[in-house]
Amino acid sequence: MGMVPASHYLALGAVLFVIGVAGFVVRRNVITMFMSVELMLNAVNLTFLAYARTLNQVDAHIFVFFVMTVAAAEAAVGLALILGLDRHSQTLDIDSVNKLQG
Amino acid sequence: MIEYFWLALVPPLAGFLFNGLAGKRLPDRIVSGAGCAATGASFLFLLAVFAEFIRLPAEEQQIVHRLFTWIQAGTFTAECSFLLDPLSMVMLLVITGVGFLIHVYSTAYMEGETGLYRYFSYLNLFVFMMSLLVMAGNYLLLFVGWEGVGLCSYLLIGYYIERKSAGDAAKKAFVVNRVGDACFLLGVFLIFKTFGTLEFGSLFETVSRTHPQPESGFTVLAAITLLLFLGATGKSAQIPLQVWLPDAMEGPTPVSALIHAATMVTAGVYLVVRSAALYSRAPDVLLLVAVVGVLTALLAALTALVQRDIKKVLAYSTISQLGYMFMALGVGAFSTGIFHLFTHAFFKALLFLGAGSVLLRLHHELDLFRMGGLKNSLRVTCWTMWVGTAALAGIFPLSGFFSKDEILWRALDSPLGHPVFWVAGLVVAGLTAFYMCRLMFLAFYGSPAHGHEESGAEAGTAVTTPLTILAGAAAVAGFAGLPAYLGDHRLDQFLAPVFRHSYDHGVSGSHASHSMELLAGGAALAISLFGAGLAYRLYARDRSLPRRLADRFPALHGTLLRQFRIDEAYSLFVVGGLKALSRRVLWRIVDVGVVDGAVNGTASLFRRWSGVATRMQSGNTRTYAAWIVTGAALVFLYLFSVIG
Repeated sequence: MGMVPASHYLALGAVLFVIGVAGFVVRRNVITMFMSVELMLNAVNLTFLAYARTLNQVDAHIFVFFVMTVAAAEAAVGLALILGLDRHSQTLDIDSVNKLQG
Repeated sequence: MIEYFWLALVPPLAGFLFNGLAGKRLPDRIVSGAGCAATGASFLFLLAVFAEFIRLPAEEQQIVHRLFTWIQAGTFTAECSFLLDPLSMVMLLVITGVGFLIHVYSTAYMEGETGLYRYFSYLNLFVFMMSLLVMAGNYLLLFVGWEGVGLCSYLLIGYYIERKSAGDAAKKAFVVNRVGDACFLLGVFLIFKTFGTLEFGSLFETVSRTHPQPESGFTVLAAITLLLFLGATGKSAQIPLQVWLPDAMEGPTPVSALIHAATMVTAGVYLVVRSAALYSRAPDVLLLVAVVGVLTALLAALTALVQRDIKKVLAYSTISQLGYMFMALGVGAFSTGIFHLFTHAFFKALLFLGAGSVLLRLHHELDLFRMGGLKNSLRVTCWTMWVGTAALAGIFPLSGFFSKDEILWRALDSPLGHPVFWVAGLVVAGLTAFYMCRLMFLAFYGSPAHGHEESGAEAGTAVTTPLTILAGAAAVAGFAGLPAYLGDHRLDQFLAPVFRHSYDHGVSGSHASHSMELLAGGAALAISLFGAGLAYRLYARDRSLPRRLADRFPALHGTLLRQFRIDEAYSLFVVGGLKALSRRVLWRIVDVGVVDGAVNGTASLFRRWSGVATRMQSGNTRTYAAWIVTGAALVFLYLFSVIG
């Protein structure tokens, strides 16, 4: 079984990231947007690891651990926010939450 | 002790602070006592200094004390330095001596006034500032005193705060003086730019080295002296800035005596004499000084002829006498100008205080034509005022005879003099005798005016004692400067060290024969006596002729009464012009257009652009996300295009 070249990982990461961005911008459901954010984070993780392997450096692994930690914390806070939003305005449509405008 | 001469500044300052801070809660007796004590202490101290000073040899009679460095910025240094030389010595003694008598007089004159603490604290502040002015060792410190006395003058003219006319007069004095002060300041700037120092000692030495001979034409010295002289015209009420002094009579009478007759208004004379080293090198400016002095003397004396207000007569007389002093300076006789300043301080203060005594008796009736017959009830005031009148009119052997005669003689005899000045001076002498005797006859003789028949008396010793002392001084002060045919001119010899770097065409420079001088003096005396006799004929017995003359020539009478309508001309052209300019240009265009326009324009600019920016803040999360993505994409594009 031959080695998968790094460019494949990078391409996959880029594709996942773009899907995440598109999902975040296009979808209106807060939970879907939340998942899109997770997708972007993991796309970045994948990119980090691809480079770590190519360059034979451990630094990127440390970054990945940080990102995973932050993602876990963000999941906790984010889900709490979503729950709060649902209780407050009985909707998960992001476009109806636009009270903070200039 | 003599090196501590500057401590004479301390008592008046302490008196000012004491009365200014605590006087409101103290009884009147303590307030006025503190005010008198402060000035009296300063006078006694200066007398002691003077006793030591005259024993010094002439070349050492210039003591400089550097208290501290006041301003240090780059090459510019201003010291807080004091100078004691014969000139400042004479001035200081006059200021504190006459000042003390007027303080004492004020305790009676101002009795029962509300806000007495204000009066005495301002008066002490004035003595402090005036002493600072004449004691200053450089032009900048002199300017501090100069502005300080202007401030006190403003505060005291407007002392009766409940009277609008007093407030208006105070503002007028302040604003008119401002014109002169601006010129003074420009002159000081020019001195520093040209010579690099403002200290009198080093400046005059530099000038005498770089400009050994007088130069006519528009030199830099001419520009400096011209600017300083314009400053002097403001303070000393000379043409073209003389209009404030008659109005300044709104203040209490002792203030008129101290500030607007004896001391502050002579600050301009002092300034020119102090700068004699500069002026004697600019003969063209000196000629202008003489011409302005002669014109002012004539104009003010003519105006004084017809005034009905007793204080206005004295005010115009002061302007006229100041004109005499400037005439003396203009012909290069600096010490003679100071001599007249010295004698004038006594007799003019005396006349004002006498007028104040009349006002006390008549419940502040100012109109001469509603006075009369006061000679029996105001005996002391009457005879002291006669001494003052005779001194002012130049009757031998009172002080005014010597000083005024010397001015007239200098105007004829000095290399810078001219017979025209002499003739004009003679005319003024005659006019002076006339208007002063007119005042005396109207106020003290004839039938008592109605409403004031009840017998009254002098206001008390606090009024009569200063009058008597000043009358004594006005009688004998002239012996300080006897003409050459009678003896020594002590004042001239005393002042000689001051003019080391200048050309004083005072007594010492005279070479003409004594008989000529005697003849000129006799002519002046004859003309004065003629003026006095004419006043006796017109006002002492039958007073109908002046009335008929006034009715016959109403235009001439009105013109004289209103000082040749100079005030009206200023109102029309200067004030009116300024108002029109303000309304049409400064308000409509500069204020509304430029100032308001800039402020409102900035506001509307931000409002318009913030409209665009607020539209970005839609509140829609997905829009924000799109902006972030777009921004990130742009950053990446930029990075790729740079790095390649």
